[in-house]
Amino acid sequence: MEAILIHLIKIACVLGVVLLICAYIVLVERRVCAFIQDRLGPNRVGIPLWFRKDGSAITLGGKWALGQPLVDAMKSLLKEDFVPAHVNKLYFWLAPILAMSPALIVFAVIPFGSQLLGVPMIVADVNVGILFVFATASITVYGIVLAGWSSNSKYPFLGGIRSSAQLISYEICLGLSVVPLFMQVESLKLSEVVTWQSNHLWLICYPWNWLPALIYLASSFAETNRLPFDMPEAEQELAGGYNVEYSSMKFAMFFMAEYTNMIAASALMVTLFLGGWSLPFVPVTGGILVGLAHICIFLAKLFGLLFFFIWVRWTLPRFRYDQLMGLGWKVFLPLALLNVLIVAGVIMVGLSK
Amino acid sequence: MKLERPQLTLAERLYVPAVLSGLALTFSHIFRKKVTLQYPEEKPVIPPGYRGQPVLVKDEEGRVKCVACQLCEFVCPPRAITIKPMEYPADAKHAKVEKTPAEFDIDMLRCIYCGYCEEVCPEQAIFLRGPYSVSGLSRKAMVFNKAKLLELGGTLPDPIKKWKKK
Repeated sequence: MEAILIHLIKIACVLGVVLLICAYIVLVERRVCAFIQDRLGPNRVGIPLWFRKDGSAITLGGKWALGQPLVDAMKSLLKEDFVPAHVNKLYFWLAPILAMSPALIVFAVIPFGSQLLGVPMIVADVNVGILFVFATASITVYGIVLAGWSSNSKYPFLGGIRSSAQLISYEICLGLSVVPLFMQVESLKLSEVVTWQSNHLWLICYPWNWLPALIYLASSFAETNRLPFDMPEAEQELAGGYNVEYSSMKFAMFFMAEYTNMIAASALMVTLFLGGWSLPFVPVTGGILVGLAHICIFLAKLFGLLFFFIWVRWTLPRFRYDQLMGLGWKVFLPLALLNVLIVAGVIMVGLSK
Repeated sequence: MKLERPQLTLAERLYVPAVLSGLALTFSHIFRKKVTLQYPEEKPVIPPGYRGQPVLVKDEEGRVKCVACQLCEFVCPPRAITIKPMEYPADAKHAKVEKTPAEFDIDMLRCIYCGYCEEVCPEQAIFLRGPYSVSGLSRKAMVFNKAKLLELGGTLPDPIKKWKKK
């Protein structure tokens, strides 16, 4: 009974924090984008603390637009939820759910801290960790493909087709790029990966893991439909892509799914390459303070990587479609395969210990 | 003519150095001076030739320059202008000189900012000038009357001094 309660609390906390980050990362994206373009971005809406009689409000953090996510969510909810006449209703409704939920489920197996009061800071420490991640993450493609197909309209359809090819191709590169890591760690458990890294160096510190890190990073840009690989929703080409026919909260679900996917991909990268919650000179085991410190370290790394995702988005232009597929199949796939061999050699020689 | 494709070096073909230099450039922009104008608090400087909304002007002695000839009312394509002309009272100083508008309304919901009124005005009494932010809470509030138009227009010195000679 107690164990179930602890699990429920952990699930609620993880979901809450992820959705909170998801809401605020949109704001961060807008601010960073504005700064990169020499603008200021949203800087008006604060969190309302108290409403005066005349309808005005006392707000907090208006300069930093801390209330912007609130207002954006309200806007999405209050907009008309329009369903076009000729859509396939079942799949039209199912698509946003399928886009959003796998991204959230991924967080179940990601260790976001060592332990707190003896409770391991991971929702489900399954022994097929990374396989679970890829199994669930690959469902995301159904959300986008279904959205494109059920909309019964040309642009979403084209976006859906592009994304199905793109996501499936890059999933292979993504999967192959992390194979060498698990050969070194000798376990598929994500908590083991972090423990290994806290005992040795972070996996990114070994030169033979640099290539996989690069391939993983580029592939995760493609997997999360972020620029420079945002084919499925290329606004200028597809008038918005797979989500053209969506409005109101269903559109917001796709929007949030993109960011949740981004957070999931970053969290996974932190876990696999950047040492998860571990940091040199911070004790691996300890009391409540050490436990909290580990969670903070994980979050700090996560935010750094999220910033990198945003930074790259506002730097690079979109790839052409054939360049994207060429890069995936002709460059990343052979390199990832080659890298499996290289790391196998390194392990055979005994350099990795 | 045959164009030779440039031979890319290995670094260029790898694409990674180009990405890194791009990232460095965008990162440096984060700290640069921002160009945003915080609009309601800061207003942009309106150049003198700006074509804003139509306004009425007075001369330097505070007289309404409009003589209610109604040319602007007739030329106005969307019929936004409505003028009610009036004779000066018999004991007024300029009683025998000119007429004057009793009422001068411009419906700013109809105005298309074409500038025909300014072009046609024989007295140089109506101008399309600075005011650009036209807003109101009702249709009625968007019909600007004489007082409002004169307030927006202000004074424009008249070098001809036509009224002096009469």
